[in-house]
Order: sequence, then C-alpha cells, then structure tokens
Amino acid sequence: MKLSRAACAIPLALIIVACTPNASSPPAADPGAPAPLSAEGDFGATLQAALISARPGDTIQMPEGTFSLIDSLSLDVEGVTLRGAGEGKTVLDFAQQAGAGEGLLVTSDGVTLTGFTVRDTKGDGIKSKGADRIIYRFVTVEWTGEPEETNGAYGVYPVESKDVLVENVTVRGASDAGIYVGQSSNIIVRNSVVEYNVAGIEIENSSGADVYGNIARNNTGGILVFDLPDLPVSGGNSTRIFSNQILANNTRNFAAAGNIVAGVPSGTGVIIMANRNVHVFDNTFENNRSTGVLITAYSLPFTDAAYNPLPRDIVVRANKYTGGGDDPQGILEPLADAMGGTLPPVVWDGVTSWPGAEPQAVNLTISEAPEVGFLNFGVPSYPLDPAAIAPSTDRPVGTPPAEPAPIVLAHVQE
Amino acid sequence: MRFAALLLAGVLSACGLGKAGGPDMSVILAEQPAKTLSDYRLFADASASQPALGVTAYDLVNPLFSDHAAKHRFVFVPGSEKAVYDGEDVFAFPVGTVLVKTFAFAPDMRAPGEGAYKVETRLLIHKQAGWAAYAYVWNAEGTEAEYAPIGARREVSTIDPAGRPLTINYAVPNQNQCKTCHQAGAVIAPIGPKARNLNHHGQLEDWLARGLLDQLPAGAPAAAQVFDVSLPLEARARAWLDINCAHCHKPDGSASNSGLVLSSTETDPVKVGIGKRPVAAGRGAGTLFQVIVPGAPDRSILAYRMASVEPGVAMPELGRSVHDPEGLALIREWIGKMESR
Repeated sequence: MKLSRAACAIPLALIIVACTPNASSPPAADPGAPAPLSAEGDFGATLQAALISARPGDTIQMPEGTFSLIDSLSLDVEGVTLRGAGEGKTVLDFAQQAGAGEGLLVTSDGVTLTGFTVRDTKGDGIKSKGADRIIYRFVTVEWTGEPEETNGAYGVYPVESKDVLVENVTVRGASDAGIYVGQSSNIIVRNSVVEYNVAGIEIENSSGADVYGNIARNNTGGILVFDLPDLPVSGGNSTRIFSNQILANNTRNFAAAGNIVAGVPSGTGVIIMANRNVHVFDNTFENNRSTGVLITAYSLPFTDAAYNPLPRDIVVRANKYTGGGDDPQGILEPLADAMGGTLPPVVWDGVTSWPGAEPQAVNLTISEAPEVGFLNFGVPSYPLDPAAIAPSTDRPVGTPPAEPAPIVLAHVQE
Repeated sequence: MRFAALLLAGVLSACGLGKAGGPDMSVILAEQPAKTLSDYRLFADASASQPALGVTAYDLVNPLFSDHAAKHRFVFVPGSEKAVYDGEDVFAFPVGTVLVKTFAFAPDMRAPGEGAYKVETRLLIHKQAGWAAYAYVWNAEGTEAEYAPIGARREVSTIDPAGRPLTINYAVPNQNQCKTCHQAGAVIAPIGPKARNLNHHGQLEDWLARGLLDQLPAGAPAAAQVFDVSLPLEARARAWLDINCAHCHKPDGSASNSGLVLSSTETDPVKVGIGKRPVAAGRGAGTLFQVIVPGAPDRSILAYRMASVEPGVAMPELGRSVHDPEGLALIREWIGKMESR
C-alpha cells in the first residue's frame, strides 16, 4: 500500500482534533520545574548522564529540538519524570542508532514519560520492563516513511509490569504492535492514536486491562488481545475493549514472518485469541476489509502443559459496524471464498478443542443488533482439516461472565 | 557481614594497610565510585598490570565474546574473608570484594601481548548495599583510567585472532547497560565466577589455597572448553550459550520475558529454543519461525541473530559490534547435527 505521509498529514490532524474525545494539550510545565538540559554538544551523552545521576523523584526536563542519538538511552532510577517540550518539539531521533535493542529502556518503578517524540529506532521505541506504575503520556513513537519490515517491533512496550498507564500516546509504523503491553497486570490504554502499525494495540499474556477511547486506524489489525504459550507469564484474562474507534485497518501485513502478528489478516478490527473474559463493547468499527471482530484459538502446536489455546468467556455487544468484510485477507481469504467472498462483522473460528484435549465449552456471547452478521467457521480444532469444517451463522448463546470492574490505578490522579 | 567489613575497613585504615600495601577499603566501600581507577589501589603500577597485595589474577574456562578484546581479570577479597562455594550459582563473595576486568586490544590479536593497549577496566564492587558496576576508560597513554558513567565509544583497528583485519566501533557500556547484563531479579550480581567457569588448570584449588574460597567439594563442575574439539559438541555449544547469552536469558535476567533460557543447566528443550517461536523479536526474527530448528541452522533465529551486527537484530544486544565467527560456527554445527524432532 502506498500512502503519502504528506497527503495524510492535514486530514489526520483534523481527525485527531475532531474525534479524540479526551485529548487535550499536555499541561503547561509547572513553574517549579527544573531548567531544561543543555541542547549544546552531545545531547545523547548529556541526557544519559542526567538519567544516570537522577535522584528518585527528580524531573528531567528536555529542551526543544531534534536530537540525533547514536546510543540507546536507559533509566533505572525510581520515580523519575522525563519530560520534553512536547510531542514533535523534543524529538529523539535514532535513525543513526548504532547499538542496543530499543531507543529508551526503563527498568525502575514509578516513572513518568511525557511530552516528547522518539523516532526511527532500530529496535523497539520505548521499552519498560519490570517497571511498575509507569505512565506514558503525550508521547509519540514513530517510524517515518512507509510501513516497512525493517521498522522496529514495538512502539510503546511495557512488559512484566504492574499498574501501567498509556494515555494520549501516538504510535505509527511499528512492524509488530504500536502499543504492546505484555506479561503485565492492571493496565489502562486510553485516548491514544495508533496507525500504520501491524497491530495497533496489543494486550498479550496480561490480566486486567481497560482499552478505551483510542483511535486504531490504518493498521493491519486494530486491537489484539492474545495469550501465547511458553512464556513466563500466561493465562491472559479480564480485558475490556470499549468506546474505541477502529477504522480502516487495511494496511498490508509488514511484520517479520515468524512473529505471531505476521498471521494477522489485513483488515481486521479486533482479534481475541486464546484469552479469557474479554469484553468488546460500544466500539465503532468502520471499513475493516476482513472483519470487525475475529475470535480465534491459537492455531500452532505447543508443548506448554498449562496453556489453554481457546478464547473463553467472551462478550461482544453493542458495537457499531459500518462497511468492511468486503475483501478478506490472509488466512481469512480462502475461508471467506468458500462462503461467497465476504465476511460479516463478527467471526469465530469455532474451535473448541486441541490435540490431546477434550472439547470445552468456550462460552461466547454475541449480543449485537439483529442485523449484525455473525459467522462460525465451524473448525473443530487445529491443525485445520478442510473436510471437517462445518460453518454456521447461528450466534452462540453463552452465559455472559460478569464484566471486570474498571481498572483503578492508585498512582494516577484522575 | 556488613559490620565485619566496616570493622575491617577501620582496621585497615588504622594500621595504614589501606593506604600503602593494598586496596583502599574506604574507597572500595564508599557510596560513590572513585574518579579514577588508581584511587582504589588495586594495582601496584599506574598501568594496572601488577596487582596489589591481596589482588589475584584469574581467568574463565570460556570468556564472553567482546569484539575479540583480550580480558585480564582480577579478584580482591578483603582481609581474611572468603567467598562461599556454590556448585551452580556465582560464589557468594563478602562485602568489600572487587572483581576487576580490563579490556585490551593489540594491533594484531594473534599476538595480544605485543603493543597491547587498554580500553576500559570494569569493576564490580560488593558494597554494603549490594553489588555496583563501574566502567573506567583508559587514557591514550595507558597511565590512568577515568570513571565513565555514560560509557564511551572507541575506534579500534586490529587483526583478529584468525588473521582477519577488523575495524570496531567499540562501546564501553554505560552504568545502566552494566546492570542490563548483571541483573539478577531486583539486584545485580557477578556473572563469571561460578565453579564451572573457574574450574580449570587447578584454579579452584589455588583459590582455596590462597584463602579466597571457603571450601572446594570433590567433583566441582567444569564447563566444557568451547573450542576443544575433543569434547562433546552438545556440551561445548551449551557452554558457549551459557557464558554468552545466559546472563540475560535466564528466568531472573533482562531477557526473562522472552521465555528463552540459555543457561547450561536448563533442561526443557523448548526453553532452550528448540521449536520455540519468537515472542517479541520483531524483525530480529528475520523471515524465520523458530529459535532453533533441529538440523537447520539457516532456519534458526538463534544463528541468524548471532550472525547479525545490526542493532535490533544482533544478539547479544550489548558488548559486541562484530560477530563471533568461531562461536557462530560452533552453534551452527550444533544445530546442524541436532536430530529433528
């Protein structure tokens, strides 16, 4: 897909203003804020020195400007706020990066990142690992140019963390997920914009997440909730995806082949895979060419005895769907061809068992307006056996599980 | 133990040993790192080749590959204290211990002693509050090394041990990068001084005799020398991964979230990577699907990332700017001869 960034820029800005309900400007720097770091000389060295010598609770203020960085940055001091002059004003440009896996790595608790842009990192944009109570706020991570396989994997990447807040963040161009929260718990991702990534937002092997008020557009897939085997933390559960705008996620899949998201069919709004207690409601889906919501089992062989590859206790209700389903891609294309070439807004693979396991009740509730179509591919289990497929348009009638309580982050003042 | 070390520091200072005869305990145990390497008095000479009294040179069965740098290691354990033996993990060293590693190059690494010059010296110091890691970068004259919390880069031109000309953009790690590799859960810890890495040419016996080690049980484990072709391939390959990868790829290491565990003691084949799919590798996986495909090194992400020098793809992420051709050949041979499952 050829998309000119210049051609998109102006309408994009208008859309953000018009459609992001809770977006507001970052608060002006408070009068007691420290003086910004010097922009003179080797800014990478200046900034890394400040990140190392910071005392717990310090604020590091970055000046306005675009700074070319050779080495990655890291922060390992608790409670530090790293603040820039604003997205697009303080730009950390990693196009010349010579080492390490990400632009900025945070490994301490209670850190706030706000008001800056990270651009063109070789690996991930910003990673926070084992960093509880992290806040990403008014931060942009982007890979400029066309969506490409050589872009970094994740834009905003909290992993193995408790109490994660990602808000008013913008990520574009990630070759895996724009906002990826992995192996974490108690998570809010809200009021953010993700575009031209393979996956817009991905919640993986995590428990307790609220994903709302976001715009996921022009990704390959909009919002993904996955659970994968053979990881230290699995058994992902209890995620609510609501009041998001999930629009035209029709970018070609440009992920590296071996990554799990390489299997995401272009044009998919939401995918729920092998996760438990996921509620998708009050979202707006528009023009996602494969389908709106895809509910699927993990389809590959695995050895992890504790792993359940089925989606269970899933509720899809009260979403609004416009267009889409008219040109299914990837794995969905041949399946759709067998059904006449198009797909309805809600699709389930139908899998209820896996090799060596008895069939299980997966308990799906599809509670949409009567005119919203549904398709069960009727795949009994993976690996796929075309002869065993028995499609159906009957909506499953489940017992809706109690909706998880809203996520509360004690470290965030509402 | 803390009181003992404090007392020791006091005694050493009081009787002057700390100033003249050996390492300066007040500098070693200070909350902040010293400005220069010589402040610690770990060496008798300015060029840090003659260890001071109580400082002992040692080596490892297999070193971590660091852009072909020669490494010179020393250990200092204060007073009459000893490291506590452990059969699997790093020895428990007392407070006040200093592990010293100097990285050096020569114009031709086939003769690493000729015209050698030091680039950096890293210290791991067991402070009261735990281990701390500091890098010191040498001046051009090789007469003093200065604390470098944010690291440094140095252009190095040399000929590698196999005779290949090499230009390296050598990276001295910053203080946080030290922690990335030395992370063990919430704290940092040494990596090398484990029984299996020290156990060759009578070194453990020597440590015992010098009073560095509290005991040496019979049958201490020994890592296979990775390039000794008389030893089993499996043991050599696992030993290479153990010393080059497992400091991050362990359950409480920096790469824990990958689920890939490369310690030589790991027994679950999937955790070691056999048939394991990438998780967060991104483009690091290239076009490949599994970490290790038995019999197929060209289809194995492990070998692909070892061969790369590209940031975001290359593994290890830190500590090298060129790849280790001998290590790569070993791992490729191991994967190639692995039976399909």
